[in-house]
Amino acid sequence: MDQGHQEEEKSFWEKLLSIDRRIIFLFITVAVAVPLFFRLSLHIAVTPVAEGVYQAVQSLPAGSKVLVSFDYDPGSMPELQPMAEAFFRQAFRNDLKVIIMGLWPQGPLQANMALEEVFKDKDIAAKNLKYGVDYVNLGYTAGNEVVIDRMGHSFEESYPKDAYGTPIGEIPLMRGVRNYDNIDLIFNLSAGYPGTQEWVQYGVDVFHVKLAAGNTAVQAPSMYPYVQTGQLSGVLGGMKGGAEYETLLGIPGRAVRYMFSQAVSHAVICLFIIIGNLAYFSLRRRRKSQMEVQG
Amino acid sequence: MSSELIGVWIGAFLTLGIFSFLYKDNPFYKFSEALFVGVSAGYWFVVTFWQYFLPKLIDNLVLAYTVLTSQGRVDYHWVYLLGGGLGVLMLLRLFPTVGWLSRWSLAFIVGTTAGLQFTRYLESNGIKQVQGTILPLIVGGSLNTTVGNIVIVVGTFCGLIYFFFSKEHKGAFGGAARVGVWFLMITFGALFGYTVMSRMSLLIGRMDYLFQIWLGLY
Amino acid sequence: MRREVPLVLTAIVGLTMIISHFIPPLNMLKDLFEDWFFIIAAFAIYLGILNLIRINADKVYKKRSDWPFGVVVILGFLLITIPGLFFSGGRSFSDLGTPFYYLYDHVYYPLSATMFALLAFFVASASYRAFRARNVEATMLLVAAFILMLGRVPIGDMITAWLPEGYRMGNAADWIMDFPQTAGQRAIMIGIALGVVSSALRVILGLERAMGGE
Repeated sequence: MDQGHQEEEKSFWEKLLSIDRRIIFLFITVAVAVPLFFRLSLHIAVTPVAEGVYQAVQSLPAGSKVLVSFDYDPGSMPELQPMAEAFFRQAFRNDLKVIIMGLWPQGPLQANMALEEVFKDKDIAAKNLKYGVDYVNLGYTAGNEVVIDRMGHSFEESYPKDAYGTPIGEIPLMRGVRNYDNIDLIFNLSAGYPGTQEWVQYGVDVFHVKLAAGNTAVQAPSMYPYVQTGQLSGVLGGMKGGAEYETLLGIPGRAVRYMFSQAVSHAVICLFIIIGNLAYFSLRRRRKSQMEVQG
Repeated sequence: MSSELIGVWIGAFLTLGIFSFLYKDNPFYKFSEALFVGVSAGYWFVVTFWQYFLPKLIDNLVLAYTVLTSQGRVDYHWVYLLGGGLGVLMLLRLFPTVGWLSRWSLAFIVGTTAGLQFTRYLESNGIKQVQGTILPLIVGGSLNTTVGNIVIVVGTFCGLIYFFFSKEHKGAFGGAARVGVWFLMITFGALFGYTVMSRMSLLIGRMDYLFQIWLGLY
Repeated sequence: MRREVPLVLTAIVGLTMIISHFIPPLNMLKDLFEDWFFIIAAFAIYLGILNLIRINADKVYKKRSDWPFGVVVILGFLLITIPGLFFSGGRSFSDLGTPFYYLYDHVYYPLSATMFALLAFFVASASYRAFRARNVEATMLLVAAFILMLGRVPIGDMITAWLPEGYRMGNAADWIMDFPQTAGQRAIMIGIALGVVSSALRVILGLERAMGGE
């Protein structure tokens, strides 16, 4: 290879490394935006930890009571809302009784949005579910992990009324529900603090309740030790977790559709990393050989 | 034009304002950022007032006052005055001459947190995790489980050795620490992969909002 | 007084919280301290907000650089506070249909969600510029990240479809998460737990210098 060609190749790699970052932003924009228009549903492989969540709910007999804690805000909606909708579908199809609460102020509102979506399904609409009998929304109570702790002694202490001001003693579903002893499973949707870790620390390890969780992808890896010890029955991680849950239910929805964008964007980032490393190693080799020549 | 439609346009305008930073810093972005700071402060002001201040302090004091005026006895809820007093001491931080009094409130916060977390972290994140690491290293009939258990035991042990900085990392100890670093690197790589997934999910959500809800393109 | 009172307060409160686990009758005192905690936390939030308003008001008054944006901060604060406190039905302020909810849904949420979404672009740019396999450890991090990023989306299994089932990229990602990642996370978790316990003890016993101890 002659000196001129080497000069040209050197400047190509250097140019590549010093590319304006706005070009990278443009690539990411296209990688995320374009697949949204195709609305493709790709095959989603299910992980054992997601299967654990599905089985935890599926194994409950009809009439079992499930406490769902909505611990996220609209910022985490793309990741957690599909999980919430899939959970409601599974619970109502299996005739489970659902008690909704939230440790984040916006959580119960997210629950209502998910319910609104799920009630549009023909098979669930046909069940004619009644508020207060089949499901109830206790709303939000401030106090973080203290709420979890106090509910272990008495639900009424933390939630004297539901989200609409009705004393919980007057709600048919809540009669006979004093504390966690009367709950068959807790399902937690969490985007941070307070969230799944607090439910494990104050709910599972103190009151020995069964817990399954859906987490944002940032949090999910740190929940794996809890799954391995059995403190968690399973965990859904991020949008992929939502897609897995929809796949297990046989109802591909928003999360499955979004996975095409997710896949393309991941591939683009991997490509950038490969190109960056190729450029780096090429330049490093060039400098090393130049130093050897000079030496 | 419905209020919902106006709201969607406001949301889209602000979304594009924040995204404009990707091109370069500009007044449109600065306006959106400043609005975000102000609105966030306002949001937490309102939530704190209705969800914490009112139910935890005012309601308890009103109850104590009601009992005093209607039944003529001093109810124990008056102790919430002490809590309120500690809260007011916190605000004195704004005044340099008496700011030191806020240390009393901070001491209370620190003490409560320390006490609450002591037992919970010890049990859930300490003892239970050690328990989960006590696994058989040879499981007859299942090579997968055997290898998996060995990986978990060795990885946890070596990872903990790495974090022990009171002894120099050399010799066999240093070798174990190095293995620990490898496991931690795999953990951080997995964390990075999941973080990318999470950030992309948020971007997908915003793009979906702009294309579907705002522009109605699909 | 400046040093002694905080130390005694921390010790009393911290020990009460711990001992109440073992002596249930103390739970009433524990509940009281927890409620006071939230009252003080509320005031701490107000302290931060007041400080923010004070800084921006000062910026506007003295016409420092970018002072018009100080006005925007203050107006943004008032925009949501006034409806939230006075025009949104009191304690049901965050219900669907209230002015507070409207502003939350169409102003706060888009701003907050988009701020986080920006990170997607910067993570891509940072990966391109800085993510280098400089040594063995960095290479391990890179390889694990690669396997996870591709294995957790359908593309990973598509690329490795030529491998037998159970040995594809998705399976590799599962194995990494279930075993080495769990081990690493557990080491971090136990380390943090020991750190929290020792810090809590130091603080409660007044040994922490930052809290006024020796």
